[in-house]
Amino acid sequence: MYGPRVFNGNPTMVKFHLNGSAIDFSASPDTPLLWVVRDFFDLTGTKYGCGMALCGACTVHVDGEPTRSCMTPVSAVAGKRVVTIEAVGDTSQAPIAKAVRAAWIDKDVVQCGYCQSGQVMSAIALLRKIKSPSDADIDAAMSGNICRCGTYQRVREAIKSAAASLRKA
Amino acid sequence: MTKVSRRRFLQSSAALAGGLVIPFWLPGGNGRHALAQAPKAPAVPPNAFLRIGKDGSVTVMIKHLEFGQGVTTSLPMILCEELECDWTKVRYELAPAAPAYAHTAFGMQMTGGSSSVWNSFDQLRTVGAQARTMLIQAAADQWKVKPADVRAEKGLLIGPGSRRMPFGQVAEAAGRLPVPEKVALKDPKDFKLIGQPTRRIDSAEKVEGKARFGLDVKMKGLLTAVVAHPPVFGARSKTFNTEKVKGIPGVTHVVELSGRRGVAVVGSHFWAAKKGRDALEVEWDLGPNAALSTPELVQRFSELARTPGKVARKADNAEAIKGAAKTIVAEYQVPFLAHAPMEPLNCTVDVRADSAELWVGSQFQTVDQGAAARTLGLKPEQVKVNTMLAGGGFGRRANPASDYVVEACEIAQAVKVPVKVVWTREDDIRGGYYRPMYVHRVEVGLDSQGKVVGWNHAIVGPSIVAGTAFEPMLVKDGVDGTSTEGVADTPYDLPNLQVMLHTVDVGVPVLWWRSVGNSHTAFVMETMIDDVAAASGKDPLQLRRELLAKNPRVLKALELAAAKSGWGSALPKGRARGIAVHESFGSVCAQVAEVSLAGNDVRVHKVTAAFDCGLVVNPLTVEAQVQSAVAFGMSAALHGKITFKDGKVEQSNFHDYRVLRMNEMPIVEVHLVTGGEKPTGVGEPGTPPVAPAIANALFALTGKRARALPLDSMQWT
Repeated sequence: MYGPRVFNGNPTMVKFHLNGSAIDFSASPDTPLLWVVRDFFDLTGTKYGCGMALCGACTVHVDGEPTRSCMTPVSAVAGKRVVTIEAVGDTSQAPIAKAVRAAWIDKDVVQCGYCQSGQVMSAIALLRKIKSPSDADIDAAMSGNICRCGTYQRVREAIKSAAASLRKA
Repeated sequence: MTKVSRRRFLQSSAALAGGLVIPFWLPGGNGRHALAQAPKAPAVPPNAFLRIGKDGSVTVMIKHLEFGQGVTTSLPMILCEELECDWTKVRYELAPAAPAYAHTAFGMQMTGGSSSVWNSFDQLRTVGAQARTMLIQAAADQWKVKPADVRAEKGLLIGPGSRRMPFGQVAEAAGRLPVPEKVALKDPKDFKLIGQPTRRIDSAEKVEGKARFGLDVKMKGLLTAVVAHPPVFGARSKTFNTEKVKGIPGVTHVVELSGRRGVAVVGSHFWAAKKGRDALEVEWDLGPNAALSTPELVQRFSELARTPGKVARKADNAEAIKGAAKTIVAEYQVPFLAHAPMEPLNCTVDVRADSAELWVGSQFQTVDQGAAARTLGLKPEQVKVNTMLAGGGFGRRANPASDYVVEACEIAQAVKVPVKVVWTREDDIRGGYYRPMYVHRVEVGLDSQGKVVGWNHAIVGPSIVAGTAFEPMLVKDGVDGTSTEGVADTPYDLPNLQVMLHTVDVGVPVLWWRSVGNSHTAFVMETMIDDVAAASGKDPLQLRRELLAKNPRVLKALELAAAKSGWGSALPKGRARGIAVHESFGSVCAQVAEVSLAGNDVRVHKVTAAFDCGLVVNPLTVEAQVQSAVAFGMSAALHGKITFKDGKVEQSNFHDYRVLRMNEMPIVEVHLVTGGEKPTGVGEPGTPPVAPAIANALFALTGKRARALPLDSMQWT
């Protein structure tokens, strides 16, 4: 890892779990979770798109909930479990993650791919809650994830396809 | 004979692990880097494109930027069609900047103009055929049979009797053979891979978060820079509070850009640099654009539109409309637009003693390499440009001025360690290089039967290419063709069409934006044609048929879209259809949009597209690109605008520069016109027709005619 290391006994240290590992983070507690995972832990799968929780490219799971990491100061995840795109397949969400990824590949969803980490994380969270999402459910769960390539139609198809494969499993 | 020496082949064969059949033409080193240093490419440099490993893996070097359009799959398909390899063993690698990777028509390495597939088509087929011929020769030598008795199939060489050998086994020997100068290419009717719906080969890395974009570049000691750009275009920094900013933990440097055109705050990570920039207080000399205002620009453009401009197309009789029985006069305006690619602009630069290395998702490798060299006082061949995956671009990464690349080079030179410049979304939305704003004024004369007798069309707006290295190529007799394309070359048979252009420099940096001039001209032309239909009491489809009678290709796409959309059939109450067709980048796209209104919100339920892009390489990608182009066009049609007040851009992020979201995405049904002989443009031609198709549907629904974009600025109910 090349990220700057700032573990210097700062009294404002934030303790949380990142992809299953216990972390004591002691840089500025106002650092957004996005930049903590990207710049301090080299987890670059989580993307920066807007910095205002408007585009969803930075979506991670915090205690299983889809969360915009760009507007979440690291202090807000103290004691919580953070999972990024790199590790979501190793969690209890593994079957859903696997089905979502397989559907994404099968439906040839990705284009530039930059937003897709966030799309996949939002889709996994949706399918965890709703086994057979309707179009309205998909709109509600996915409209916070912008894709400038406009892959929305195939994202929708892939979510339905993943849901169908999970129901069969 | 090839100019590449046998010794060189051997050297590079040995240097690259895994063995290779058509090795790089340069000796030694990792091919990626060696190529960037190459002073000159050989005349025929097929070897830069292909590597075959001893394990049978086939690696295709991608000379174009991958930013969504799927070249990492479509370009290997073209090469592998001739190679006859095992498609499941194909990988891609992004090519660095090097002369060998120049666009075959434009002479520099670049991605734009919807040209990646067509300019690579014969080039990569030739490489594939050459490699296959060499593999066959090597196998024949080994078996001591005639090459004519050996064939290649799915990565296997098949000889007389039971002779079988995988490509990998003979790759090294084949690599030592001379590259055949002339090879026969397949008859397109024998294509097995080209034309087949083929899934992308870069999907897995992109759904696992493993794909590396420019923003993801990491290296030891890398710093991050965030730049305070002028609040008004052309403003210059006067004073700023370096000391306070340097006191912020993690901030390492404060660097003023040359020409006082901005102040960079450099830090050990993004958040430190961003906090530093937030704390930065710059006093600016606002300069000549401090009063820039959109309403004032509209008024200025509108006044100019009523005066004679440069003639882009001359009518046989420009006075013809004077005798018309009926005249339609309309004035249109379209705003500046930001590209807003998902991945904010960034560039990483490492400056060393007598060289530099860049990591950037560039559409303009050659231009950016040259600009970096000039900035750093190096020769282009001393600058390695590593092409990264880009999170969209839409033209923004093809800047003749290399703005963010030059910026990154200046900062890296100042701090003397590797630095990554990262633009925030606000920097992107406010940073200029927009699709220009334009005003069109159109006067159409009709005779008593409703037939067009004359069409006077004035366009007013900034020129994309004026003052750039592209000006000599793209400006003819004072007319920037990128401002008038789509009108001056309309496929409609319009008697006495006169097109005039007023080029106005308003101090706002402008640039090509997906579909370039067609992004506004199609809106104007196709809504005007609809107007003519309404004025002459004709069905919009029927009028288009009549005006396109001499253009069977455009007509065919139009008829296909109309038929597939159920044009003319009944719709539920509150819904209406609109049609539009436009030719651009050598392709034709016709679309029928089905819309309704929810209050004042425009809902687009379905877009039925018919697309003729000639010979289709990958139908799955082409469909995706039309869906993408429609979504991109819809963002602008419904919401997109960059406006100015007191010299400043009024928008800043996705809340006020709205783009299409999932809940607004229509079903986009794509129907391909088959039977083309050569590929034509794919990425852009789907964008122009969508705004007019929606506007025409809204006219059918409400009787109100949109003369300005975005459509959400209009009162529909």
